[in-house]
Amino acid sequence: MSSTIPQPPTCNVELAERVLIGFLKSETQRIGMTKAVLGMSGGIDSALVLELAVRALGPENVLAIALPYRESDPLSLELAQQGASNAGCEFSVIDITPLADAYFEQHPELANGEMETARLRRGNVFSRLRMTALYDQSAAVNGLVFGTSNKTELLLGYGTQHGDMASAINPIGDLYKSQVVALSCHLGVPSAIIDRPPSADLWQGQTDEEELGFSYDAIDALLHAMVEQRLNRDALVALNFAPEFIDLISARVQRNQYKRRPPLIAKVTGRTINLDYRYARDWGS
Amino acid sequence: MNCRLAICQTNPKLGVVADNLQSHHQWLDRCLEQKADFALFPELSLTGYILRDLTSDVALALDSPQISELVARSKDISIAFGFVEHSPDHRFYNSFVFAEDGVIKHVHRKVHLPDYGIFEEGRYFAAGNNFTTFESKHGRFGILICEDAWHLSSAWLHFLQGADALLVPVASPSRGIETDGDHLASQKSWHELCAAQAKFLQTWVVRCNRVGYEDGVLFDGESAINSPTGEVVAAAHHSEEDLVVYELTSSALKRARVETPLRRNAHANLVRRQLAIIANDPDLSGLIDDE
Repeated sequence: MSSTIPQPPTCNVELAERVLIGFLKSETQRIGMTKAVLGMSGGIDSALVLELAVRALGPENVLAIALPYRESDPLSLELAQQGASNAGCEFSVIDITPLADAYFEQHPELANGEMETARLRRGNVFSRLRMTALYDQSAAVNGLVFGTSNKTELLLGYGTQHGDMASAINPIGDLYKSQVVALSCHLGVPSAIIDRPPSADLWQGQTDEEELGFSYDAIDALLHAMVEQRLNRDALVALNFAPEFIDLISARVQRNQYKRRPPLIAKVTGRTINLDYRYARDWGS
Repeated sequence: MNCRLAICQTNPKLGVVADNLQSHHQWLDRCLEQKADFALFPELSLTGYILRDLTSDVALALDSPQISELVARSKDISIAFGFVEHSPDHRFYNSFVFAEDGVIKHVHRKVHLPDYGIFEEGRYFAAGNNFTTFESKHGRFGILICEDAWHLSSAWLHFLQGADALLVPVASPSRGIETDGDHLASQKSWHELCAAQAKFLQTWVVRCNRVGYEDGVLFDGESAINSPTGEVVAAAHHSEEDLVVYELTSSALKRARVETPLRRNAHANLVRRQLAIIANDPDLSGLIDDE
């Protein structure tokens, strides 16, 4: 039995910066685009992607959009603006309140988020309305929607399918949350954003770590051991991870695999898209 | 050997042979301007790497017009490039051609086809079955395509056949940011591998990696030449296309081999005898490849 405390993954920030900026530049330009649109939540993930985006494409080619609902924490908007100002790019605000409320009026059970199911559904509606607006804006400026989901969230399924998980390309989907923090510090994301407790801000007072039940550092240490080091349950227990913690996170990762894959297609022909009709997305470029 | 070798660190378009062929011509023009004797391209330089179902579409026969077009250029400069080879019996190989004086002097079909992790080569390609060193007017060369080099026996076979230089065309998906220093973890492994092979096989090692992204995967360049004592004597930039020209000499080979006569003392026959013993030992034969 090891007595060491498992640590979250480290990050060579200079290398990560270079690889991710090159990625954004290459994958945008190869399809003939020059611009990017991204949703700014006031949190660290979108602030980091914005910093990467302005370095890749130039601040004049990046549009940062905050999409508040009337119940959103005002600090979110303030920090979104601060992040955009720090990155030196254009910033705009699209209030999703009229869109969301128009829908909620037709579905009275969603009028407020007191019930947990209503709270969840409302959160998903917000997330998908934001996606709708971002994709529309991307068409308006002939740009790509840059994704802001990190690897920790994607593994946990802590995001809304076709909502905040939707994007054209995502530079941080292979970075754990702790690596996001390290790279954000390196790239000069404002400390007010870095230090703010992570929150989806889907209802008042929500924080990620409270909702997930564990700290990101603890989750990242476990996910890193499970995913990168391919350790099985016995090996994880030997590393002093609590069995209940392992089981809960493992189940969550497995349960949410569907969110990380395209929809299943019933196979009836000899060459089914993505099963045995297999081409890279960058085919021809 | 004496050879002014040019590493062409290119960024191929995925699945667009016509464009890549055109680009090869431009690179060859640049190599000639630099008075190079020999232009070395990366693995699958005519096609790009993540081919999947494109593999059979982009494949070319050795006598196809496209290959003949490049081979014709070898009247002016020796050329080695990568492509998908369509064999007469409709197998597809990850192949590398060496052409000189207007003719194909050697074709190496990649032997070790990775099919783990990100790799899918075992699904699409047929495997080559030999490592054969060949003579050119610039020296004696052995080709190791990417994963071939990770199996130490491959380079050792070229060593036994008297290679002056190992040509290592690569399309290496870069990965690993939990690392110190200036190189991604996979790139660091490449630097270590080539330095060790050059030093302990006392050959030049010329690694030509590609650059660019395919489906989010970076190929990070950093092509390099290791001298027969292992030192990096020429290196290309990371992540960007680059042309590096360097003179490979016999004198450097001689110096290394006089100082430490590893080749003289290789004891290849001992290895052969022991391989036979291991292969015939029922307790051990399962541990080795028994193709």
